[in-house]
Amino acid sequence: MSQPMHYQPTTGFAERARAAAGDPALRRGFRGAMDFLQAKRLAQFPDAGDLSALRDLGAAIRRHALENLPQLLEQLEAKLVANGVQVHWAETPAQANAIVLAIAHRIDAKRMVKGKSMVSEEVGLNHAMEAAGIEAMETDMGEYIVQLAGEGPSHIIMPAIHKTRQQIAELFAAKLPGVAYTENVDELIKIGREVLRRKFAAADIGLSGVNFAAADSGTLCLVENEGNGRMCTTVPRAHIAITGIEKVIARLDHVPLLNTLLPRSATGQAVETYQNFISGPRKADELDGPDEVHLILLDNGRSQAHADLQLRATLQCIRCGACMNHCPVYARIGGHAYGTTYPGPIGAIISPHLLGIGATAALATASTLCGACNEVCPVRIPITEILIRLRNEAQARPAAAGPLRGAGEARSALVSAIFRAWAAVYSHPALYRLVTWAMSRGRVLTPRAQGAWTGIRTPLIPAKKRLRDLLAQRRRQ
Amino acid sequence: MSARENILARLRRSPAGAPAPLPDVGAWFAARRSDDREALIERFKTHIRAARAEVHDTDAAAWPELLLNLAAAKGLRTLLVGKGTRHGAALAARPQDAVSIIAYSQPAANWRDELFDDIDAAVTTARSAIADTGSLILCPDAQEPRLMSLVPPVHFVLLDARAIHADLHAAMTAENWAAGMPTNALVISGPSKTADIQQTLAYGAHGPREVIVLLCRDGVEL
Repeated sequence: MSQPMHYQPTTGFAERARAAAGDPALRRGFRGAMDFLQAKRLAQFPDAGDLSALRDLGAAIRRHALENLPQLLEQLEAKLVANGVQVHWAETPAQANAIVLAIAHRIDAKRMVKGKSMVSEEVGLNHAMEAAGIEAMETDMGEYIVQLAGEGPSHIIMPAIHKTRQQIAELFAAKLPGVAYTENVDELIKIGREVLRRKFAAADIGLSGVNFAAADSGTLCLVENEGNGRMCTTVPRAHIAITGIEKVIARLDHVPLLNTLLPRSATGQAVETYQNFISGPRKADELDGPDEVHLILLDNGRSQAHADLQLRATLQCIRCGACMNHCPVYARIGGHAYGTTYPGPIGAIISPHLLGIGATAALATASTLCGACNEVCPVRIPITEILIRLRNEAQARPAAAGPLRGAGEARSALVSAIFRAWAAVYSHPALYRLVTWAMSRGRVLTPRAQGAWTGIRTPLIPAKKRLRDLLAQRRRQ
Repeated sequence: MSARENILARLRRSPAGAPAPLPDVGAWFAARRSDDREALIERFKTHIRAARAEVHDTDAAAWPELLLNLAAAKGLRTLLVGKGTRHGAALAARPQDAVSIIAYSQPAANWRDELFDDIDAAVTTARSAIADTGSLILCPDAQEPRLMSLVPPVHFVLLDARAIHADLHAAMTAENWAAGMPTNALVISGPSKTADIQQTLAYGAHGPREVIVLLCRDGVEL
């Protein structure tokens, strides 16, 4: 039912991108959805000055957290433990899954309901649970739909954005016993609601992500619209929250500021229906709520990004998805083509730390560097600068390769020779004059087949006369 | 070395970046805040109605009758109240035959199927509310458990109009959240919804389909 633990190697990126770009239905779906989301976001930020000030504040909160990360994590842990929450640390996806399994075995759990959690997708949790005989049920409507279809999410906020109403109607009629075909969205949601209410009532474990973890009060903040997140954190005996180590912030009273940025940037809503602040398990006199609450803090390559002063900004992300909603590449190929848990511009800059630079080298090149992502990022991550850095790291000479995992792995002798030659020509004026003279005079020799470029474009052929020649001609006249 | 020690050791080895002082978030909110009481009430009503919640103006004497009339008009047969609450007692004391009043009096696990399948509506108090986003702040406790505002399809909320704050930051500061959080605090902005099918908005995803606010203008005895 779930996607495989390890995502498709990004070596197939070009093929998947080509297939997606050639699928008119998928193109129409994504284009429509992206236009809709862009317009909704814009309507939420009518004042450019206010938006700019808000983004400064959002970036400052996140930068402060990253500059003080080890101290804040220790403070968060101490506060949570004092509140009765059990805190676990995982360096790898395998460790994170082992922690969840150990809890499940201890309380003899057979069924898990899941609120939306990209980190659980990152570690392949569903797969690990199923392998251990534990049912892991997605309960966010979009996640439920893609799980039912045997797919993964194609967007971090709207997982089923690639599916049409008709496809979902067919899916429900085919997969759910006793359900007749209906394209009525209210009816479809009602069907999902009824199926999942039984699952909530019967579940032993509720798993969720975390949007922000406040270190000063030891509070986990989760936002959502559907109420499935609240079900997962309230109904089952045990609640397990899983999150990346970067999600901590210093102060609870900074959550309101981030929560004005997050829903407006993500879906163009002023506020989410539910902001759920969890500070501990049920008390002895309470009649509901989980008996135990766990937090799993996952590294999985994040500390590598943290160790680099430029790449650290990657961790400022609050996972709103605005960068993908505004990306001309994402809009044309959708989320699945990337082959990684996190698609789009944020996926291209975070995935190298999770999977290695070599394995994800194609993603950094899947950008026009237009900078739309930088402009909409609510916490001002300089995404295109980081993309350029990652391109360079992927091509780094083995001797000069830095500490980043997989640096230099995508180095190609031809590409690096071309760029070395390019650099030499552009830094030596005499050589530049000679080469441009030779190219313009020898233009008939230019190959007409120029690889991927001429696949869809006319070939690049030097002009008969260089600008230099034209200017000289004008001076003579 | 444990995973914890390894992770923290790596993070401690990271070089220090440019200074990153904590920003003054309070000043940003304060500069945009007005404390005119009537204006706050109107903003709250406008915003929560935009999220498809109902709001009814009432007062401490009139709300029980209003609530029971609304319940009857909506065809609700069972109404869940918190055990030992004054408003629960006020409702139970009124003669009525259309709606049966049920108290949440035992752990959820003991009556989960009944709670999920047989309860049409619940009534809870809100601790306070937020004008800017049209949100209700609930702090469920032993008397009014968490699932009351989540599982029944209709949620009635009693709100004292004097407890409306301008924004969430103002509420957190005035109520001194950082000094002691309940196990679960909730900020609720209308009925449950989803747009996961082709960006089409549908209400009543997993939580209540309807949120009905009874706004008590002269305060409500809790």
